[in-house]
Amino acid sequence: MELMINTLTLTARFTVALLIASMGEMFNQKSGIFNLGCEGIMSMGAFLGMLVPFLYGGAGTVPGYINAAGLIAGALCGALMGLLFGVVVISFRAPQGIAGIGLQMFGVGLAGTFFRSYIGGTQSITGINAKAIPVLSEIPVLGPILFTHNPVVYIAYLMVPVAWYIIFKTPWGLKIRAAGTYPKAADSLGINVNKIRYESLAVGGAMAGFAGAFLTLCQAKMFNAGIISGRGFIAVALVYFGQWHPVKIFLGALLFTFAQSLQTQIQIFVPQFGYYEFLTMLPYILVIAVLAFNRKSNKFGPAALGKPFNREQRV
Amino acid sequence: MENTEIRELKVRHITKRFPGVLASDDISLTVGRHEILALVGENGAGKTTLMNIIMGLYKQDSGKMFINGEEVNFKSPNDAFDAGIGMVHQQYMLVPNMTVLENIALGMKSCWKGTWVDLDSVRSKINEISEKYGLVTDPDAYIWQLSVGEQQRVELVKTLCLGAKFLILDEPTSALTPQETDELIILLKKMSSELSIIFISHKLNEVKALSHKVAILRHGRVVFEGNTADYSSKDIAEMMTGHKVNITENNEEQVNGTPALTVKNLCVKSDRGFYALDHFNLEVNAGEIVGLAGVSGNGQRELAEFLNGLRKCESGTYTFFGTSLANKTPGEIIASGMGYIPEERNVEGIVPSMTIKENLILKDSESSRFSSHKILKNKIIENYAEEMMSRFDIRSPHINFTAGSLSGGNIQKVILAREISRKPRFLVCVYPIRGLDMGAAEFIHRQLLELRTNGVGILLISEELEEIMNLSDRIAVIFKGKIQKVLKKNEANTKQLGILMAGVKDDE
Repeated sequence: MELMINTLTLTARFTVALLIASMGEMFNQKSGIFNLGCEGIMSMGAFLGMLVPFLYGGAGTVPGYINAAGLIAGALCGALMGLLFGVVVISFRAPQGIAGIGLQMFGVGLAGTFFRSYIGGTQSITGINAKAIPVLSEIPVLGPILFTHNPVVYIAYLMVPVAWYIIFKTPWGLKIRAAGTYPKAADSLGINVNKIRYESLAVGGAMAGFAGAFLTLCQAKMFNAGIISGRGFIAVALVYFGQWHPVKIFLGALLFTFAQSLQTQIQIFVPQFGYYEFLTMLPYILVIAVLAFNRKSNKFGPAALGKPFNREQRV
Repeated sequence: MENTEIRELKVRHITKRFPGVLASDDISLTVGRHEILALVGENGAGKTTLMNIIMGLYKQDSGKMFINGEEVNFKSPNDAFDAGIGMVHQQYMLVPNMTVLENIALGMKSCWKGTWVDLDSVRSKINEISEKYGLVTDPDAYIWQLSVGEQQRVELVKTLCLGAKFLILDEPTSALTPQETDELIILLKKMSSELSIIFISHKLNEVKALSHKVAILRHGRVVFEGNTADYSSKDIAEMMTGHKVNITENNEEQVNGTPALTVKNLCVKSDRGFYALDHFNLEVNAGEIVGLAGVSGNGQRELAEFLNGLRKCESGTYTFFGTSLANKTPGEIIASGMGYIPEERNVEGIVPSMTIKENLILKDSESSRFSSHKILKNKIIENYAEEMMSRFDIRSPHINFTAGSLSGGNIQKVILAREISRKPRFLVCVYPIRGLDMGAAEFIHRQLLELRTNGVGILLISEELEEIMNLSDRIAVIFKGKIQKVLKKNEANTKQLGILMAGVKDDE
């Protein structure tokens, strides 16, 4: 029982970074851009999330607005990196896969370099702490799982319905979907496909940067060059996993983090289980397995994903 | 500009170049109030390019455009919509995974309310248009659920919802069944009492039935303009192609060849899991053309794919010159002498991003003729490609241009050149002239008849009864995966075939 409650509590918290990043990646992909650089953007976001409070108060407590500034700095940097990626893949029509790998290495490398020159060694910050909500957190079982987190966690969960609303109910979402599925049709209706793609890259980048800042500010309370450790790539995989639908992506993120939390808890609660390497592999195997069996049903996927738009190109 | 009537649309001296092609060459045209102008011309003549310029999608290199005498300069389709011009593209501009409602909302800026889309206003607009013109659509259906004919109705409704008073229709009938075409012609005639229309087509009976004026484009130039009523279809056809047009007909006696291709009790599943072919039987002899008539979607695609090894059968036999080819690989089937002109010429027939010469040797790149020790013999391939270009009249500036940049007719000629020059024993042709102009169609038909004379058996799958009647020795009618009836050429008439295609068995 305790193992399960612990696992679910951890799941609720650890999902957040993945969830926000994959929501952001969903916006990219819905508009037709495949951004493998998510990992790099998250790295820079994570670094800035650390840097802002660290410069203000070192390891000590800092006012809440400074922490918020850290999150915002991460998001702004992410938006800029998204736009930079846009210049490369939209305006110059570079192949998106390769450019994305470039952005990933650029972001991770840059964050590591800045970290060495501005922070130096391993340092920690106080960050944003979890706060149990009075009364609600007293509810047995559900209380600790749902109501013992830091405020950003709740904001992140709110992003799922918000993203759903934006994609399916707003004019902007309509344009994003058209641009990612059949850009020629959008173009024929006077919609500026490339502008929409830039916009969604900025939004997607901001969310990835925010997710990175969340990792340092709310989860790890420290930074190191490998802090993202593949979460950016998992976020990209989750978008496929969730078939470009916010709710399915959310479920995918939960499932993945659940598997991950479960394996850490098994290691704690069942130390005599010797093959922990296999447990660590579990979440990744899960993603690959689901993706492998998921291939057929992409009727609602963005058909123009990965293809640069060129009005005068014939066929 | 908004809401003013378009009394006259004039383009003057429009010129537009694409790399290697002069698509519009000093074009001047005028369309008056409530007038229907038919713009005819062969593929690649520059009709679509000109329309894209009018819509503000392409920017002309030089030339001007006037509405009611005032010069206009459209920078995007939005400007064209505001001026009341709307276009239905040949390739429908509908997003498949969105509903009809959403597709129309995408263009109706008046329903964009910042944080939400006012779908109710779109719905009432659709209802208004539907009622006015009798265009019935289901606003909540997804585009991928609709048939081609329904999609076209949606396109028309969309264009009208966006406030078009001047319609441009780019080959609106090319994907429609004969009945749908007739309905559309009647509808457009009715609409012309309120709208002006530019109608692009190369089906001259439609041009005659619908238009007031006709303009003929050839190689990017207007070569003729006049009143439709003053000229016969034959006159227009000759001006369009630049030479006399003869209808290609198979007038030769049927030869009694040996059985070339026999399928018996064939059961093949479609992508959606039901039996597209259900105990299907057919026999084609060497030296004869068998036309397979039927409304598309009755198993033709699955049959063609099965015969060429692209789809497996559940049961049944497939004998090809005495050997069984059932469920063999495409490579084995090609090696036994099968030629194939597939339905989707752009994606199945060629690799669009590869050059013409590469596409021409696609099936033989491993043969000793074109390669030695796994290295391609470039010089020989180039000579061969040059020869094919002239023999099959493939119009392109160079053999190193990508095949995808060619017009539909020229792509079809590349495919035909590749298949015929391999000297096949049999040829499966699926909709070989769909969407092609008369010149290209005539050329392709002549090639098919020549193959027949040389003793090749041909299975001709088509929806166009005229094509089937003109070319076939025998005609088989397919309906719901079964052969309805097989008729000799001289026994068949259009009316009877139409009835059989609709699923009625005649037992006369």
